[in-house]
Amino acid sequence: MIITIPWLKEHLKTSAKENEIIDRLTNIGLEVEGVTENSTELGKFKIAKVLKTEKHPNADKLKVCDVSIGGKEILKVVCGAQNAREGLITIYAPPGSVIPKTNFELKVAKIRGIESRGMLCSESELNLSDESKGIIELRNKEKDIGKSYFKSSPQKVIDISITPNRADCLGVRGIARDLSSTGVGKLIQIKRKKIKQNIKHQIKTSIKKEKNQGCDIFGSCYIKNITNRESPEWLKNKLIALGLKPISAVVDITNYVMFDLNRPLHAYDADKINKEIIVRNAKEGEMFEALDNKKYKLKKDMCVISDKSGVLGLGGIIGGITTSTELGTKNILLEAAHFRPSSIRKTARALNINTDAKYRFERGIDPESIKEGLELATELILKICGGEASKFQITGKNSQKKKVINFKKEKFEKLIGISITANEIDKILSSLGFKCKKSTKDIKVEVPSWRPDISLDEDLIEELIRIKGFNNIKLIEPIKNRTQDTLNFKQKLFHLAQRSLASKGYMEIVTWSFTDSKIDKQFSKGEKEISIFNPISSDLDVLRRSIFSNLAIYIKKNQDRGYDDLSLFEIGPTFSGKNPGEQQIVVGGLKSGKINRKSWLDKERNVDIFDIKGDVMTTLVELGIEEKNLFVNDNTKYCYHPGRSGSVTLKSEKGPHLAYFGEIHPAITKSLDCKDKNIFGFEIFLKNIPEPNKKLRQSKISFQPSDYQKSERDFAFVIDKIFKIGILENIIREVDEKLIQNVSTFDVYEGENIPKDKKSVAINVTLQAFDKTLTENDLDEISKKIIDAVSKKTGATIRS
Amino acid sequence: MSDLDKINSIFNAKIDSVKTKEDLQNIKTEFFGKNGQITLQFKSLGSLDHEKRKEFASNLNKIKEDLTQQLDKKNIEIETKEINEKLKNEKVDVTLPIRPSRQGKIHPVSQVIDEISSIFSEIGFSVAEGPDVESEYNNFTALNTPEEHPARDMHDTFYLEENKKLLLRTHTSPVQIRTMMSGKPPFKIIVPGRTYRCDSDQTHAPMFHQLEGLHIDKGITMGHLKGCLDYFIKEFFEVKNVKMRFRPSHFPFTEPSAEVDIGFKIEKGKIIIGEGDKWLEVLGCGMVHPNVLKNVKIDTKKYQGFAFGMGIDRLAMLKYGINDLRAFFEADYRWLSHFGFDPLDVPTNYRGLSK
Repeated sequence: MIITIPWLKEHLKTSAKENEIIDRLTNIGLEVEGVTENSTELGKFKIAKVLKTEKHPNADKLKVCDVSIGGKEILKVVCGAQNAREGLITIYAPPGSVIPKTNFELKVAKIRGIESRGMLCSESELNLSDESKGIIELRNKEKDIGKSYFKSSPQKVIDISITPNRADCLGVRGIARDLSSTGVGKLIQIKRKKIKQNIKHQIKTSIKKEKNQGCDIFGSCYIKNITNRESPEWLKNKLIALGLKPISAVVDITNYVMFDLNRPLHAYDADKINKEIIVRNAKEGEMFEALDNKKYKLKKDMCVISDKSGVLGLGGIIGGITTSTELGTKNILLEAAHFRPSSIRKTARALNINTDAKYRFERGIDPESIKEGLELATELILKICGGEASKFQITGKNSQKKKVINFKKEKFEKLIGISITANEIDKILSSLGFKCKKSTKDIKVEVPSWRPDISLDEDLIEELIRIKGFNNIKLIEPIKNRTQDTLNFKQKLFHLAQRSLASKGYMEIVTWSFTDSKIDKQFSKGEKEISIFNPISSDLDVLRRSIFSNLAIYIKKNQDRGYDDLSLFEIGPTFSGKNPGEQQIVVGGLKSGKINRKSWLDKERNVDIFDIKGDVMTTLVELGIEEKNLFVNDNTKYCYHPGRSGSVTLKSEKGPHLAYFGEIHPAITKSLDCKDKNIFGFEIFLKNIPEPNKKLRQSKISFQPSDYQKSERDFAFVIDKIFKIGILENIIREVDEKLIQNVSTFDVYEGENIPKDKKSVAINVTLQAFDKTLTENDLDEISKKIIDAVSKKTGATIRS
Repeated sequence: MSDLDKINSIFNAKIDSVKTKEDLQNIKTEFFGKNGQITLQFKSLGSLDHEKRKEFASNLNKIKEDLTQQLDKKNIEIETKEINEKLKNEKVDVTLPIRPSRQGKIHPVSQVIDEISSIFSEIGFSVAEGPDVESEYNNFTALNTPEEHPARDMHDTFYLEENKKLLLRTHTSPVQIRTMMSGKPPFKIIVPGRTYRCDSDQTHAPMFHQLEGLHIDKGITMGHLKGCLDYFIKEFFEVKNVKMRFRPSHFPFTEPSAEVDIGFKIEKGKIIIGEGDKWLEVLGCGMVHPNVLKNVKIDTKKYQGFAFGMGIDRLAMLKYGINDLRAFFEADYRWLSHFGFDPLDVPTNYRGLSK
């Protein structure tokens, strides 16, 4: 909502300075978003004549125009508008002026090699309308060439952001009323002159009784024998200051009343109405051409104003071409109606129309403002255009009930924390238009018809504290006392997993929860796609089923930027269905490139599966699972290389699935067109990480180091090639869990001297007893046990 | 001159010329070897009479000790020299680079969530969460958002179906509903999380992060709300005083509602939070609307409280001078390296929120 201070002062008697008014507005919830001085800027736009046009030598669609602004000087201006032609009178913006629409400051610039001094403007560039097709065409302005187009005297224009509940502040008077309650001034009571209403209303009006009728009241005035003309300067300036384009006195007056009293009106050329006005629901498929020059196909239940021939307008939204007023219009029908917000909203949304009237009606217009609106508009029309007016004809009635709230002042203190007196309540609410009646128990508060937003005690409390001022609320320091855990186990895991991976060289990324279905499909074969009905773009059309979908997109983007050695991870939701809760938190990581790239110290090598396995295993250990409980197997899924990937489960193959790891399937890296296709990834499923049932302090057993010498023995087994070394190591560990402290494989060999279907595995075993130093005999004995167990369970032989 | 004196002087004459381990061995053999001069003197002891032997033995032992000491000293001297000689040839260029490694970082959003959690933890809030996909009821209806509210438009909200029953939550407020539905008051929670709106330009992203706060108990007033936010803003921006303004506003789920602005100024191109005469909107808040409490079956005669919501990404931008929201979600390695946080910088109350 835009207002000017002089206009405000027509409703508010105040000696307050502009700054004070601006501060007050913001403090009572009418947030001032910007204050601009319109005259200095707008004064720069001059009425100008195009003397000559030539085709731009370097561009087909551009013209080089010779422009005159009255003096001898001829300005060369490059212009792209089709309608730029010799003799046209239009508006010229000189270098240094700021285009209202774009806030772009013009400079002398070369356009395709030709210097252009300023530009010729379209209506949209000057915020006069949405018309952007060509430059403005002015008629009968030959004598005004060189003058400023905007003639308004210097005034501050205040842009106020009105919250959706405050429909009443979409007019200057409503804002003045709110301000008056703060004591910054007094609301001026307006005495209207009695207007002569002698002639007969010529047009029958009716509201059809039907289901979902969107119109409650239809008020109108018939005015005949007017001379519609250009509005007087004071009226034009008022509208221009708000960024509106003056059209004709009749239209300008209806707009003026809308901005002044928040009372939308519409004027019909009465001679173009076929017999009578019927407010009814549209028929399915009925066509209508609106004042925005667009044709609309209507749906049933849309509220229309019609005559015997068809639709004249969409009630409360936009008028129609067929009955629009023109400068030659003689007789008019002035409409002031009340439409239901829900009906307006539905229709405007379905047809995608936004107008000042619609904006107001959908928030709720005072149903009791019809008469006042008609009075003010009729008075102005008679004054400016002459003519004779009829009595007002008002059909239908106000369906809103009077609201009365029995308010207890203690409730204010209970919610806000400070007290308020009954007098203060009376003063504030009365100035806002509420009627207060004090009794011993409470205050009966009658809500004014323009405040549909007020119905509860809390609503009144908000009114009171908003005017009294939030700064009067005494701050209560919070008590530093923690009575509940801040994070639960899963939240701690989330936090820990982030830090754990970042400490392993992974960069944390945060990406959308949605992704490109074409990529998501590759990582989530077989599961049902979860589409977004109204995606923001076609490559963000599904909820991600895999944490890899976006990671893969971004690893590629980084590779394309020239970064090859990448470790990225994201922790966040992946989705398994479209219902709330069908999601889980996954930690996903991708690693690509080389280790020791271009190092003078070590040989460079590709990242491999044991890098990624190492990251997964240490992360899981850091997340609280003992290493011995991490069971690794080669169960995998399609998005990984089938031979170079595996799973980690808890304790056994059947245990909860903790993670996948491995090389990303070459078919996927190929289809993504990754520059470096050597990409490894992992997924850790946080929901499967068990919460320990004991706290660390309870689960730590006492520490017992052995004081005796430890010994090591190496074994080389020849074993079936397909036998898993992880299982072999476990078999050895289980031989004597007390003595065997560590088992580790240090060589795997296939080839010469080893049968084709076998491999040789060299394993180092660390042995230590708690009660003595192991003798040669003891060591031989345990070695024998190991060899026997291994050969019995695996068929392996000791390599000789 | 006695024999011993003679030996001593010969030794002294020779020891100075000892330069290498080999020389040392030679001189050792000469005096202490099988037929060494000292060894021979010891052998001669037997031939002396008792009186003389005692005195001679004493002198001999003294000289033996003295010479041994000198030899040891010489040995250390030679070894030190040899080590130094060796080290002279072992000099590396320490300015050569180390093995390449990858540096991991924590995303600014995660870091700021941890900072916020740490601050609210101090005054007894705990962290609650909810799903990203929500029902229309939890996201709008239960939060007193009217049926025709523009936020429900397809222009504003991502829906999973045409019937608008399921959506991507547009704020973290539905977690208020979930929390209050599944428990009994009092409630004191913060809810950081992903939120979604159909909006995408330089300053809007279709996904962003929000922090919701909710405190419901007996006798919680707007004074508590003010105190809580004043505490939070000061702690978060790590300033002692902060200029703060509560401005009346409107949200369907709170009544009264307010927006909170904080003072700031720009000094040498850097934003200074807390002072100055410009205002910056940072959050929305208010007393929970009685309709919301009724929807979750809370006795509004007994319980009341406040709620607030703020943009986490925006807070991160303000605190750490990040000027492009969209960059948060573009995973540019260079941006992450620049704005990311070391994983060891865990925000804590005792060590401070940030370095």
